[in-house]
Amino acid sequence: MTPYEKLKKTRQNGRPTGIAYINGIFSDRVELHGDRRFAEDAAIVSGIGSIDGLPVTYIAIEKGTDLATRMKTNFGCPKPEGYRKALRLMKQAEKFGRPVICFVDTQGAFCGADGEERGQGEAIAENIMEMLGLKTPTISIVIGEGGSGGALAICSADRVYMMENAVYSVISPEGCASILWKDASRAEDAAQCLRITADDMKSFGVAETIIPENFDDFSATCEVIKKNLKEDLSELLKKSTEDLLNDRYRRFRKFGIYEENGETHGTVAYSI
Amino acid sequence: MIFDKWIAAFSQEKLTCSACKKEFPVKELRKANYICPDCGKYMRIGGRERINQVVDKKSFEEFATGLSSVDFLEFPGYADKLAKAKESTGEEDAVICGHATIGGYPCAIFVMDSRFMMASMGSVVGEKITRTFEYATAHHLPVIGFTASGGARMQEGIISLMQMAKCSAAVKKHSTEGNLYITVLTDPTTGGVTASFAMQGDIILAEPNALVGFAGRRVVEQTTKSQLPDNFQSAEFILEHGFADAIVPREELNDTLTTILKLHRKEQAAK
Repeated sequence: MTPYEKLKKTRQNGRPTGIAYINGIFSDRVELHGDRRFAEDAAIVSGIGSIDGLPVTYIAIEKGTDLATRMKTNFGCPKPEGYRKALRLMKQAEKFGRPVICFVDTQGAFCGADGEERGQGEAIAENIMEMLGLKTPTISIVIGEGGSGGALAICSADRVYMMENAVYSVISPEGCASILWKDASRAEDAAQCLRITADDMKSFGVAETIIPENFDDFSATCEVIKKNLKEDLSELLKKSTEDLLNDRYRRFRKFGIYEENGETHGTVAYSI
Repeated sequence: MIFDKWIAAFSQEKLTCSACKKEFPVKELRKANYICPDCGKYMRIGGRERINQVVDKKSFEEFATGLSSVDFLEFPGYADKLAKAKESTGEEDAVICGHATIGGYPCAIFVMDSRFMMASMGSVVGEKITRTFEYATAHHLPVIGFTASGGARMQEGIISLMQMAKCSAAVKKHSTEGNLYITVLTDPTTGGVTASFAMQGDIILAEPNALVGFAGRRVVEQTTKSQLPDNFQSAEFILEHGFADAIVPREELNDTLTTILKLHRKEQAAK
């Protein structure tokens, strides 16, 4: 599959969405709603549950599985209240020392006028900053489309997993092609140039783990995720808060490829 | 010598107001803080000009220089755009960082320059802003940040998105240690910069009429399927909706920043 074919596949019906992963991975689930500020946003599904007895907070971007649920969730484009709901749950997790597990699947944050009125930019900015300072382990899994800042708002984590055919991008290839080349039909080219696949993310250091997809036996796929989560969480939970935050700082501090006084810098080894 | 020539060339240069289309000598505009003498439009200004307007004379010491962007994705047209931007602005990238005093109070400052590829944020911009916060954290200094940006620099792919997180992590650390961060939103502050460090200030100021938003107006119009008000995503709009602390006219900015810095003096807090 080309990168663009992968992207299109993440948008198709039939692929598991956030709720399926939540149901497949966590037991003793209690869903928690609302941002306590303005409204409930169905594009974010969140709550508490357990992974084999370990209490966790889960936060997923849900894009729906049929027209009715897709309308309800705005096709997986969270509004500011959705991001604030996610932040509320993260802060609650911090209070009770629960790890936070996020599932990312969005074309991007909601782009309507009411989103702008309620500070979409501010909501995302706050989430990124607070998530980076959260005193509890965080793991994010890109399960479909990781669309720009709207994805990063719940993806600024200690570990990032990519489902095998998931994509993660600074801008949608359609948006990129239409801005740069005034031609949205060149999305295929843009997808190629932008480097959006799970393999790309791993080689950039943006993701640590790629989860093989076996949607014919989804419970097996969930078991693989669970195994990875348990391993990583047991490692992360051993760290002191100081180490956890310092390691997270370093995880993001390393990103950047640039030339300084004639020498190329950037700890991310990458070659095309 | 070179400086004199530059001044001479500059003084003859004229600029056209993008709103009323009238032409004015740069010399006159400089005196007027680049506010159109005829229609009052706030013109976009370069980073160095901005620094001259805001900081105490001769107090600015630039740091984090010598960095330049790399076309590591071999993205079509990127190398060319970079070369052109460097040539037309004389800058190495879209942000200038340094140490300065304002009203006698020391601070770290970063100024984004929209003339350089619409101040899109790639590795260099992210690195320089991160270093500004790290420097300020180490020296217990406030940061004053002038934001302007079209958003993330898509020619650097996912690495440009990661700059939002990298900068935010540095802002968070600076904040956790009790340091002050003031953002001044200037025209245009949009996309990934709005969705990260532009909106993370303890105090968020904005220039009159500056465009400030997350999504582009056309995208919002398509999503909303209706006509948007004229002031949509303006500084006044975000003030009205509670996302800026104050709108400060250019000629008052130095005084306002001085007062805020004065009220946050560390020795003051200790008493």
